[in-house]
Amino acid sequence: MRVRSAIRVEGIVQGVGFRPFVYGLAVRLGLGGLVGNDERGVFIEVEGAPALVEEFTAALGGSPPPLAVIERISSRAVPATGETRFAIARSAAGGRRRALVSPDVATCADCLREMDDPADRRYGYAFTNCTNCGPRFTIVENVPYDRPNTTMAAFAMCEDCAREYHDPGDRRFHAQPVCCPACGPRLRLLDRVGGRVAGDPLQGAVELLRGGRVLAVKGLGGYHLAAVASCEPAVAALRSRKHREDKPFAVMVSDLAGARRLCEVDGAEERLLTAPSRPIVLLRRRGDADVAPSVAPGSRWLGLMLPYTPLHHLLLRRLAEPAVLTSGNVSDEPIAYLDDDAVARLGGVADAFLVHDRPIRTRTDDSVVRVFRGDVLPVRRSRGHVPHPLPLAWELPRPVLACGAELKHTFCVARGGHAFVSHHIGDLENYETFRSFTEGVGHFTRLFDVVPEVVAHDLHPEYLSTKYALAQEGVDLVAVQHHHAHVASCLADNGVAGPVIGVAFDGLGYGQDATLWGGEFLVADLTGFERAGHLATVPMPGGTAAIRQPWRMAAAYLDAAYDGAPPGDLDVVRRNAASWEAVVALGHRGVNAPLTSSMGRLFDAVATVAGGRDVINYEGQAAVEWEQRADPGETGEYGFRVTDGTPFAVSGSDLVRAVADDLRAGAEPGVVSARFHNAVARVVAEGCRRVRETSGLSTVALSGGVFQNVLLLERATTLLEDLGFHVLLHRRVPPNDGGISLGQAAVAGARDRLG
Amino acid sequence: MAHGSGGKATQSLIEAIFLEAFRNPLLEPLEDGAVLGVGSRRLAFTTDSYVVSPLFFPGGDIGDLAVNGTVNDLSVCGSRPLYLSAGFILEEGFPVDDLRRVTASMARAAAEAGVRIVTGDTKVVQRGKADGCYVNTAGVGLIERPVSLSAAGARPGDAVIVSGPIGEHGVTIMLARGELDIEADLVSDTAPLNGLVSALLDACADVPADARPDARSAVDSDAPWDVPPDARQGAVRCLRDATRGGVATILNEIAHASGVAVVVEEDAIPVRPGVRGACELLGIDPLYVACEGRLVAVVDGSAADTALAALRGHPLGEGAALVGHVKDDPPGLVLLKTGFGGTRIVDLLVGDPLPRIC
Ligand SMILES: [Fe+3]
Ligand SMILES: [Mg+2]
Ligand SMILES: [Zn+2]
Ligand SMILES: [Zn+2]
Repeated sequence: MRVRSAIRVEGIVQGVGFRPFVYGLAVRLGLGGLVGNDERGVFIEVEGAPALVEEFTAALGGSPPPLAVIERISSRAVPATGETRFAIARSAAGGRRRALVSPDVATCADCLREMDDPADRRYGYAFTNCTNCGPRFTIVENVPYDRPNTTMAAFAMCEDCAREYHDPGDRRFHAQPVCCPACGPRLRLLDRVGGRVAGDPLQGAVELLRGGRVLAVKGLGGYHLAAVASCEPAVAALRSRKHREDKPFAVMVSDLAGARRLCEVDGAEERLLTAPSRPIVLLRRRGDADVAPSVAPGSRWLGLMLPYTPLHHLLLRRLAEPAVLTSGNVSDEPIAYLDDDAVARLGGVADAFLVHDRPIRTRTDDSVVRVFRGDVLPVRRSRGHVPHPLPLAWELPRPVLACGAELKHTFCVARGGHAFVSHHIGDLENYETFRSFTEGVGHFTRLFDVVPEVVAHDLHPEYLSTKYALAQEGVDLVAVQHHHAHVASCLADNGVAGPVIGVAFDGLGYGQDATLWGGEFLVADLTGFERAGHLATVPMPGGTAAIRQPWRMAAAYLDAAYDGAPPGDLDVVRRNAASWEAVVALGHRGVNAPLTSSMGRLFDAVATVAGGRDVINYEGQAAVEWEQRADPGETGEYGFRVTDGTPFAVSGSDLVRAVADDLRAGAEPGVVSARFHNAVARVVAEGCRRVRETSGLSTVALSGGVFQNVLLLERATTLLEDLGFHVLLHRRVPPNDGGISLGQAAVAGARDRLG
Repeated sequence: MAHGSGGKATQSLIEAIFLEAFRNPLLEPLEDGAVLGVGSRRLAFTTDSYVVSPLFFPGGDIGDLAVNGTVNDLSVCGSRPLYLSAGFILEEGFPVDDLRRVTASMARAAAEAGVRIVTGDTKVVQRGKADGCYVNTAGVGLIERPVSLSAAGARPGDAVIVSGPIGEHGVTIMLARGELDIEADLVSDTAPLNGLVSALLDACADVPADARPDARSAVDSDAPWDVPPDARQGAVRCLRDATRGGVATILNEIAHASGVAVVVEEDAIPVRPGVRGACELLGIDPLYVACEGRLVAVVDGSAADTALAALRGHPLGEGAALVGHVKDDPPGLVLLKTGFGGTRIVDLLVGDPLPRIC
């Protein structure tokens, strides 16, 4: 007896070698039928003995190709036709686009072997890729994911490549970016004004780097700026030309051994470093690490990554030492990704350009992660992860566009059970960034066939993302409070609906009472929240100026802590004496001094009082440095009062006073930092304990940028678990504002379900 | 209501309530004043209320502010200001001496501007129902030149000029409230701009410019008060006095009304060190701070030098500066080129500025 089965496979099943896998499986089992791609994924018909068809179906989900992500397999019986041959059908165009685009994937071991083999035709070729690796999202113009819909369209395959591309038995069967030295992209070395430099581009680039020069390198999602990491003059030059004072640079090392020479690498960190997404992993720097002081001034941490394109492999191997590889931009501009623009913008920074002729479709920054308790803690989710769909716990009734926040911006389009969180967009106030937001929305809605009917946005009236949302016509708008969105993003990240106790600690977000929130205890589910408690408010003297100059927060907090008479022997008071009274007066008079309950601002205040960081040069700098100062062995902590009420209020000024008194009593800043961290962990635990008493809830979601602080996260989680709480953390989207868009989408969807 | 700071909230209030109620072709452009046909003459007509605190401040008081503000609104319509009305709402108990000071400075300002205050009104309200003294002025002016100035008149290639250092009035007022421990040697820039505007329009009248845009005539092209089609518009396309919301708000209105991009250079914007210092301390952006004697001019690109020379030749325009240009893309946005070569969006604020970084 013969049976025939029509099978549909959905998920990331295109561009990942799924059809050759199906073909091989069917041929091995002696089944007839066909396999093909369409807009929804992969369709299969198989025919043969019932037991074999069953075995086929089981194997389909059991051992798919490494990069495939199967979301659903459905099958139904159809009449047998007597077909005994198995064939691969052509892709069909038209219809709804449901197929998913894969993120970019680091070069695989097979491709690396070919590049190393002098007998192979891809020996030393900088654009080698196959079905299991290579560029994807960064080169996709449209779906279905076929070569004409990528930036490889302009490269006509040579005969050899075409043979591989059409051979179902080959690793490059339907690998859309397949190419070789005869037919594919080529490297070029350009001088700083874009003139071609003769000779082997790679060799020329390596020599320039060794000579202490700054090199712009066109990578996967944009241009990097590179310098030899141990060469102080080169790194310092890069820093000053980029106008980047203190923010650490990332370093690329050629392999794990290289990583271990610079940093401590544990098992989880090794897994992340070598993951196909190849993020920048923040690691503990070794005392003897041979990197120039300018790479990461004053930082105990170093962001390392391994090569993820053939070009990076070749470059790092020839260079034979670690290289700084930082985003190709000046100051806070988005990274350059278009060739002419790169030469124009980076001409004053780079001494030369190592480029190629494969266009980048979408600017995509490197992803950044930390490790917390043996698992990933995302800091920036971008290259290698985007546009991987995040599953939602429920189907959305209508398609959603979530417009995100303002800094570290991402947006999110969602439909059905999928949320597509965008690549890292950046700071929207920058016009170039704003354009990549609006243009990116168009790209995503096309790629994923979403026509948003619901548009979610932040409550902040001045966010450019809010204004963008309000300008959309013919859609239902859903305003989502910033910290509700933070907690919801943690819920969506964990596939949990709530209600939970949400602890959202961050820099700032617009609150429903028009103050700036950021130290919040919420009782929240996806549809709504109540504010159960928060940090007591203080003024931010000078508004935005109080963020750029954290000493102003110190002034506001010390004024509150000492009733207007802070001890004059505090260094912070002496250092800022000239403007101290005027700044305090701004707070007293409420002149450009909005009230805030932000935990980020409390960190700023303390980092200034005890850490001496009066002015910051990059976002979060004071807090980042303050975390590193902490003496890990110290277990003491400071006390604080809580004012009962709904919401209750935690006195941050008690902590500032304790810090100041401790310092004046001669405590070391490292000890003060640890005690402060311990105290904030206690704030988390005590707040949650209070909320549990009134709500009965015992699951806690921790979100907001403050929880990128691994020391705080460790201590808070430990205290909470000791108290019997179940703790939800971020594992897929960052706790910072990069995760906001997912939370907004989840809330908008949940409210839409309620009708 | 968070509708007072001149930003987007004020604008939507105006559009939702007042324009909705009073809609007509003369009101519709929502310019600083209306242009009316009376017989064969064109008149400009405007009104403004003044609620400044404190009433007396370095460089001026509510009286000259009320005269100059209305004179300036008439001037930037291209008219010669002629007659003003003055209305007073006084809180019971408001000192008569103070009222004398206010009226004296109104008389002085009117004389300086060459206008006469020809009608008026006074109301006294109970103590606590008003803050001392409010003044309303209305004014009419005669449009004698064949010009039609409009926020909708800017075109790609035009030059954007400010007539002097910005932000002095607003910062002076903030400091004059005396609540802040900030010492700065600042005075308000309040001044009548009719002379300066005349000098500019005269100098630019004969500068050949491309055919004038027809944004205005779309309202009612056959109206007798409209500029005759063969008239020489000259090179000035738009004039605004940069009052509430500052230069940033004016530029946004121009970008929006004209459907163009306005690109300004951060380093070219004139700001006095005292204003810059105070703004830094206050944490505010001078671009959004009110002026009461500065104007923004959009002129044909070929006339930029002529316009600058004309402004600089007048005592109130000595500090005039070319700050940017009009481009076609991105329409409706104001962009600021920063020192490092970055490009920041200078947005129309919804309300009072609130931090949005974190
Ligand atoms: Fe946030
Ligand atoms: Mg007016
Ligand atoms: Zn491969
Ligand atoms: Zn080839």
